[in-house]
Amino acid sequence: MDFLRDPITFIGNWLQSLLVGFGLAPNLAELIVTLIGAFVLGTFGLTIVLFLIWFERKAVARMQDRFGPNRLGPYGLFQSIADALKLFTKEYITPVGADKVVYNLAPILSVVAVLAIWVVIPFTATVYGSDLNVGVLYIVAVGALGTLSIIMAGWSSNNKYALLGAFRAVAQLVSYEVPMVIALLIPVLLARSMGMNSIVHAQEFWYIFLAPLAFLIFLIASIAEVGRAPFDLLEAESEIVAGFHIEYSGLKFGMFFVGEFLHAFTIAAVAATLFLGGWRGPGVEAFPILGIVYFFLKTFIVYFIVVWVRGTFPRVRIDQMLDFCWKFLTPLALVLLMVIAIQDKLVEGWPPILYALSMLATNIVIALATIQILRTYARRERLRVSGERPVATSSETDFQRLIAQE
Amino acid sequence: MTPLEVIFLLTAGVTLGAAVMVVTVRNLIHAALWLILTLFGVAVLFVLLNADFFAVVQVVIYIGAISILMIFAIMLTRRVMQDSGPQFNQGWWLAGLISLGLFAGIAWMFSAWENFHMQAPPMAVDADPLRQLGEALVSPNAYVLPFELASVLLLAALVGSIIIAWEKR
Repeated sequence: MDFLRDPITFIGNWLQSLLVGFGLAPNLAELIVTLIGAFVLGTFGLTIVLFLIWFERKAVARMQDRFGPNRLGPYGLFQSIADALKLFTKEYITPVGADKVVYNLAPILSVVAVLAIWVVIPFTATVYGSDLNVGVLYIVAVGALGTLSIIMAGWSSNNKYALLGAFRAVAQLVSYEVPMVIALLIPVLLARSMGMNSIVHAQEFWYIFLAPLAFLIFLIASIAEVGRAPFDLLEAESEIVAGFHIEYSGLKFGMFFVGEFLHAFTIAAVAATLFLGGWRGPGVEAFPILGIVYFFLKTFIVYFIVVWVRGTFPRVRIDQMLDFCWKFLTPLALVLLMVIAIQDKLVEGWPPILYALSMLATNIVIALATIQILRTYARRERLRVSGERPVATSSETDFQRLIAQE
Repeated sequence: MTPLEVIFLLTAGVTLGAAVMVVTVRNLIHAALWLILTLFGVAVLFVLLNADFFAVVQVVIYIGAISILMIFAIMLTRRVMQDSGPQFNQGWWLAGLISLGLFAGIAWMFSAWENFHMQAPPMAVDADPLRQLGEALVSPNAYVLPFELASVLLLAALVGSIIIAWEKR
């Protein structure tokens, strides 16, 4: 019965008692079980990418009125495996003048930085890598390593396009970290904890209902952090060929590819954990294993939105990208954080349903005000664009003088 | 030797080795990358001391912000500022002597301290160091004044940098 309710914890405990039964020290047995768990988690993360690639190609193809992969296996499911095998057989090319150590370290770091986030994500109430009490901050810290891998790749390739891609990467990733961190603070503030599992426990009402704006800001900022369309300036094909990974070939390119897809899925998982109640769902108290189903259901819903955005939005220009971050997302996130912090104190002690409703109302008011400000701005901008254009003219006297000089 | 001590010695060795590489390596980008390894080693030391928050903040600020800014600045220079001149000047033995003396002095002071061999008391099971830190930062009998002063200083720096970068019309 215990096995059915929570099989993963059960297997872990069983394995540990088995190892202790063999005469191993309890500490050592725990270490071995932890290492096995880490291995399973890492392997899972890397293999799900094969499925994600298929999912994304299929979804984007449908949006663009195509079939997508449909030859290999049912619905083309094995296409990614074939692609991966092809990547394995490709030649590794190291450009002349590349910094070899840094060049080879960058792809590894890009995957590690993403996989490390999965450490703190709770799959069910009992299945998680580690319940750090600084989980949310840990996600931000690990994200910094991802930025580092892109810079290392761009610089060590000894290629001007790669370097330009790295410059854009720094501008974009460092900027979008600001609204992302502020948006992450809101669930922390509502749950009174930075541990991912405690935040899930605290979500009587999903935080997407209490703070829908924070969810939107987080989603937009993290899509920019991943660097996918519409924020794929780091690898804009029409401008800088392929950006930071232009010189990489074979499996090293594959690592960047895996890193990007897994990162997109990871932000979906983080969003599902922080805003959609993670593993919460009906019947989870009795059968904790159901949490995995709910968790992945929510994650794939968010992941589908990420793919949807990628399939439908055009790429933004670099000035629009920076303006959007610093003049729109950051002020909005700051206002939202302050208002929610104050309101949280004002309505403290209200019944949970009223508390949630008042938070929702505040969010709606802020959203309406934002839209009104944007509308005023857009009207002014339209007037400016449609009005007199400055043309290079010279007055009559200037013209006369020019003629006289001639 | 407990496993914790082994990990500590390994981390300390890597941190010190990387720190030596920072000052001896000729390529500036490599120096910055070794610096990142050094800072990461310090973060691991924080983890060993059960100070998770400081470990994570160390990574966010020193690796995520400062080191990346440094690498960015280096990348903007031509030929990564490689120079082939001598790395030591005439005062190198003096600097070495002073730092050795300083290290010996600090080590002697610590060994003379009566609590030097004391084991760290185990943490209470339900203790939440993060919550205690947060409350201490805003509590009037603890660190609210330094905390607010630091905030004002950072805000002033922020406003100053915006004014410097302001485009005059």
